[in-house]
Amino acid sequence: MSGPLRGVVVGHATLPAAMVAAVEEITGVTDALVAVSNAGCDRASLEARVREALAGTPAILFVDLPCGSCFVAAMQAVASLEGVRVVTGVNLTMLLDFVFHREATLAEAAARAGEIGAKAIADR
Amino acid sequence: MPLLLCRVDDRLIHGQVVIGWGGALRADLVVLADDEIFAHPWEQEIYRMAMPSGMEAEFASGEVAARRLAEWAEGSARVILLTGNIETMAALARARPDLISAINLGGIHHGPGRIERLRYVYLSTDEVNALQSLAREGVVITAQDLPAARPVPLGELAA
Repeated sequence: MSGPLRGVVVGHATLPAAMVAAVEEITGVTDALVAVSNAGCDRASLEARVREALAGTPAILFVDLPCGSCFVAAMQAVASLEGVRVVTGVNLTMLLDFVFHREATLAEAAARAGEIGAKAIADR
Repeated sequence: MPLLLCRVDDRLIHGQVVIGWGGALRADLVVLADDEIFAHPWEQEIYRMAMPSGMEAEFASGEVAARRLAEWAEGSARVILLTGNIETMAALARARPDLISAINLGGIHHGPGRIERLRYVYLSTDEVNALQSLAREGVVITAQDLPAARPVPLGELAA
């Protein structure tokens, strides 16, 4: 492990930047997450944006939808790079938890994010 | 069932296709005609994982797609035909003009020699000429990213 895990939020339009801004505003943690939007990208340029954001460090790709261009770009990164996991259906709850649990292993952090994120969704 | 939409989109299978158009047209099959994806089964698997419930994907090279167009157009599935570039769609339209009478430009992004025609459509002069040639052969060509958007005629893109 080269240091705390990083999170890369990959999604449509301004959603990733808005989610990262919200996490930073709530937690004050400003070095844990990077936003990648698919705006204006074809397939190759979106993959390039994702790879650049990963910057060779262990990271979780938090993707908005379990389908579509962002998901495909994330899965292609996983297929070709070490130290990357993908969690789909990103929500604010999982990101808020993630920034305070970045010392976990990649597998543990990905599983935790999925669990925390799913628990936040409920009909109350 | 005639092909519901014949779309050129360099993002290939993505949200606008499967959710935007797929929902509006009640499509249940996306056929991606793309030589590169057809040659790489692992990429096909990623796209299959990315399909929403109730919708499937099939993959073909441009050549295979030309042979199978009638099968898709005459089958019971509600089909969106997708290519990643103009060249492949033009070849398919010329192979079976009876099955492809209209082409939707859904996403062609910035590239060498291209200039912005719409926020989501960048075309080079050569590409405009190729599309105009196809239009003269009777194919209706419009740009429209989503069903609710105004279809923009080729003439407006070429101006």
